[in-house]
Amino acid sequence: MVNLKIDDKKVVVPEGTTILEAAKQAGIDIPTLCFLKDINEVGDCRMCIVEVEGRRGFATSCIQTVEEGMVVHTHTQNVLEARHVILDLIISNHAKDCLTCTRSGNCELQDLAIKFNVLDNEFVGEKSEHKIDDKSPSIVRDFNKCILCRRCVATCKNVQQIGAIDCINRGFDSCISTTYDHSLNDVDCTFCGQCIESCPTGALHEKENINDVWAKLKDPDAYVIVQTAPSVRVALGEEFGMEIGTNVTGKMVSALKRLGFDKVFDTNTGADFTIMEEATEFVKRLRNKDNLPMTTSCCPAWVKYVEMFYPENIKHLSSCKSPHQMLGAIIKSYFAEKNNIDPKNIYVVSVMPCIAKKYERQRKEMNVDGINDVDIVITTRELARMIKQANIDFTMLEDEVFDNPMGEATGAGAIFGTTGGVMEAALRAAYEIITGESLKDVVFEKVRGEKGIKKAEIDLGKEKIKVAVAHGLGNAKKIMEDIKNGKSDYQFVEVMACPGGCIMGGGQPIKSSKIRMNVDVRRKRAEAMYSIDEKSTIRKSQDNPVLKQIYKEYIGKPGEEKAHRLLHTHYGKKTKYQIF
Amino acid sequence: MISLDKLNKIREEKKKELELRKNINTPTKEKHILVCEGTGCTSSKSPQILENFKNIIKEKNLQNVRVIKTGCFGLCAKGPIVIIRPEDTFYAMVKPEDCKEIIESHIMKGIVVERLLCKDIDGTKVQKLDDLTFYKKQKRIALKNCGMINPEDIEEYIAFDGYRALARVLLEMSQDEIINIITKSGLRGRGGAGFPTGKKWSLTKEAKGDEKYVVCNADEGDPGAFMDRSILEGDPQSILEAMEIAGYAIGAKKGFIYVRAEYPIAVQRLKIAIKQAKEYGLLGENILGTKFSFDIEIRLGAGAFVCGEETALLESIEGKRGQPRVKPPYPAQCGLWGKPTLINNVETYANITQIILKGAEWFSSIGTENSKGTKVFALGGNVNNVGLVEVPMGTTLREIVYDIGGGIPNKREFKAAQTGGPSGGCIPKEHLDTPIDYESLKEIGSMMGSGGLIVMDDTKCMVCLAKFYLQFTVSESCGKCTPCRIGTKRMLEILEKLCSGEGEEYDIYKLEKLAVNIKNSSICGLGQSAPNPVISTLKYFRDEFRQHAIEKECKAMECKALAKIQIDEEKCKGCGLCQKSCPVGAIQGEGREKRIIDQDKCIKCGTCIKTCPFHAIG
Repeated sequence: MVNLKIDDKKVVVPEGTTILEAAKQAGIDIPTLCFLKDINEVGDCRMCIVEVEGRRGFATSCIQTVEEGMVVHTHTQNVLEARHVILDLIISNHAKDCLTCTRSGNCELQDLAIKFNVLDNEFVGEKSEHKIDDKSPSIVRDFNKCILCRRCVATCKNVQQIGAIDCINRGFDSCISTTYDHSLNDVDCTFCGQCIESCPTGALHEKENINDVWAKLKDPDAYVIVQTAPSVRVALGEEFGMEIGTNVTGKMVSALKRLGFDKVFDTNTGADFTIMEEATEFVKRLRNKDNLPMTTSCCPAWVKYVEMFYPENIKHLSSCKSPHQMLGAIIKSYFAEKNNIDPKNIYVVSVMPCIAKKYERQRKEMNVDGINDVDIVITTRELARMIKQANIDFTMLEDEVFDNPMGEATGAGAIFGTTGGVMEAALRAAYEIITGESLKDVVFEKVRGEKGIKKAEIDLGKEKIKVAVAHGLGNAKKIMEDIKNGKSDYQFVEVMACPGGCIMGGGQPIKSSKIRMNVDVRRKRAEAMYSIDEKSTIRKSQDNPVLKQIYKEYIGKPGEEKAHRLLHTHYGKKTKYQIF
Repeated sequence: MISLDKLNKIREEKKKELELRKNINTPTKEKHILVCEGTGCTSSKSPQILENFKNIIKEKNLQNVRVIKTGCFGLCAKGPIVIIRPEDTFYAMVKPEDCKEIIESHIMKGIVVERLLCKDIDGTKVQKLDDLTFYKKQKRIALKNCGMINPEDIEEYIAFDGYRALARVLLEMSQDEIINIITKSGLRGRGGAGFPTGKKWSLTKEAKGDEKYVVCNADEGDPGAFMDRSILEGDPQSILEAMEIAGYAIGAKKGFIYVRAEYPIAVQRLKIAIKQAKEYGLLGENILGTKFSFDIEIRLGAGAFVCGEETALLESIEGKRGQPRVKPPYPAQCGLWGKPTLINNVETYANITQIILKGAEWFSSIGTENSKGTKVFALGGNVNNVGLVEVPMGTTLREIVYDIGGGIPNKREFKAAQTGGPSGGCIPKEHLDTPIDYESLKEIGSMMGSGGLIVMDDTKCMVCLAKFYLQFTVSESCGKCTPCRIGTKRMLEILEKLCSGEGEEYDIYKLEKLAVNIKNSSICGLGQSAPNPVISTLKYFRDEFRQHAIEKECKAMECKALAKIQIDEEKCKGCGLCQKSCPVGAIQGEGREKRIIDQDKCIKCGTCIKTCPFHAIG
């Protein structure tokens, strides 16, 4: 243990603790901007500087570690002036359009500017000018708001291990860019959106589709159906000041109905369909030893990753569409027929925790007979904005329930949004398909939790299978390399591109660096999700009465011809860079 | 593998052959024509001179005459330089067509070619190199072999005591003994900051690590500085030998030389040196039959000034974008690929072999109390003898500028000298007699830096000077940390405002505020020292800043927007030449009338100043 003094407070912390962390433990807040715990600890912005007695210049508290007997002062006049100047400088090269910025109110730069009272920009001068990149269906990059903290770069390079973006040019001309300065649309970006979650300002955000939805809601000829992903309900409340990890399913449904959607369906039901199809496919492939391991395909960023980086492994992907695509296909076929609506008039809106879904829905493979499964995707954040625009007092809403028939879902569908959830749900089904017996204990603890790669041997009655669950593309890469090199002995692999799974997706409410330092956001959202499963009366997809009905009445058996036409798809090799 | 005996044998044989280089009285019929092939002389056709000499010798079938390419002699202003040994005749500004005369007159008849001799400050022609004032006050340790040996011939290096120091440490000394000598010598880092070299070696030796590295920082980037380049061009083997000694002392087996790609001659000679050292068994496995093995690789820099900062240099060697790391941890603990790494600059290494051979006491007897040995300066700017000088620490600026440098050209006044390049500061007239060492320079607001020394006369505007250096740092900032990336840009903008007459008094306050905070809060040495030129010019020439800001006047008339060109009534004879030369018709007056400049029309081109035969315009 190391003894030191911070602002006259005695602090005892383990060796290797940073000054910032030690100060936090002593209840002393040091401002940061480029710091993102465990991801970007580089000391670029210089906001976290402090004075250490006996040391020349300032210390960088976010990376420099404590030393025995150290005496630290976190807010001397010198430090405060330096921080003020640094903030002033950052703001002098910033767009300063807070009034119309999507991050206004949740911007770390804005927070500091208010805190430090940078009212009068003292050091004005030339501003760097950048063209806004909005070519991709998922991400908009506006570098006029970038403060070069490089949190996005570290996330992409170190966590996701893609490295689609990095710093180019030097000095004042430095900016974050891509290979050959192409649009993010034309490089090896997977659209996972983790960079957006890391960005302290409004330099990165989703391609907003709110106005498309409003337009359809106004259109009397459009039959507008909304569906919401499992993860949206455990995070949406945060946008209205509710505690992280609050389940707001009822209020969310209520708000969607007030917004004027004709039907409010649950993507969890789609997830149940996915499980039926995926478990069936898995059992078949296991029996035929067909391209094992089979890997999940619910995550569009993951699918794009495989297509770009491991095209030789595409055959390992399940042919199942993702839950919202499946539900969209069923809405535009079964539901349309049943209710005598022309599917061309149905407009399916998916509310997703994800920006890659915006890309996924417009893929050419994602339709049935030329009719798109899903017409538009908005994120959790966009839905919150719509609710605010409609002046709905979200926290005061009474709970309401999803519309039938696609509002009935099981606990298995509910846990789809957290790492290990798809695997667990699939195992609950696969067990019964293989053994023909009823599964008593539905919890597969080994595939839960925060570990980057979870490996387990699962007893499926007659046989044991090896499974792996990876979240974060950096972890997925390890598994992919094993498969590529013939070192993998798994039969079933689940991958979610975002660390933590969809609950931490690129479309979820953005948490500041300070919150991420103090609260385990992933765990809280995951707990909320598992608690939905626990409280469900039905916890296996195959027991969902709606599914049984629709299979019986319309689709036939899982994995058979009509199921394939509606619910399955295919993938193909993608080039990493478009060469112009 | 080479044995010590073999090495000594090569040395003895070669020594005899090269005796005439050192000793003016060597009884020999042989002549060595030394032609400088440093970058400066090369750019003014010295390779052609060398070629011509060879051809003429061949043509005339002369025996006992050898032509040798060497590194820099130092007096670059007088290049291309040719020296004839043993008599030590110094020919300056030699042209390729002069070779014939030198051979026919000097070599064949023994008659010195008077017209090619170098003029000293007082105008007298000097025959011998050692008689030039330029060389008299110099003491050559780091540059010992530069201009003496052929840098592309390892045997010449061996003859001049090369690899004796390595042999001594490998066969006779322990790691601690070496570090002790270096520590006791008082040698400090010549890259700029002056960190005690022995301490650095000791810290790296003590650092725990299964693998360690030795790095030579040859990314010399200060504008106007070329000390390291000249050493690498003139004596590359000495750097290899010193790196091996360092490797042995700290327990490393691998070294990297990070050198600018803009130094093609230095790079080429280093490559040759490494190849020859390997061929002679003086680099590689089991050197001199010992268990010590050492390998050196060259890494080329891509032109970023910041890569001279040690941690940015390490990043660059690792193949990453050249950006500094936050220190601590220092490279001694966590350097290349996270391993303990010793990093010294070229000039520091150039002192090592001498210290080992002549002892710590010898070295520490040179210099001042806290700064031992010599320092190489690249002398440039408004000074007569532009070139490379090596002087003992403690030499005054006056001695360097006036004695060695030969004073200011065109009878102008000394105004200030800038040491330490863009990281340093200016030294005004009142400090001309300060003995130069690490501490004294810091005290008067400048720094040693790597050794650039730019002299400025009274036609130089100090606001412009600050602007010039800020332009440099702004374009060389890596962009990693906020204060350097945006702050230096804002400083430059303010300086530009002042120089264009749009400044105000408040701008000086803003400059100072930015300067202090950039200095305190930047990550690396580049940012921390970037404001120095502004801070020091403000310290000594504050009035000039105020004149720019308030009176909108640039007395040095360098800032065109502020310069007021006027005709001195008393001196004007009314000849009208200025009027004819003025491109915009801004000068009024007729016949023998005294002329007047219409300030509204004047574009401050300065043509009239140059035209006036009576120096009446200024």
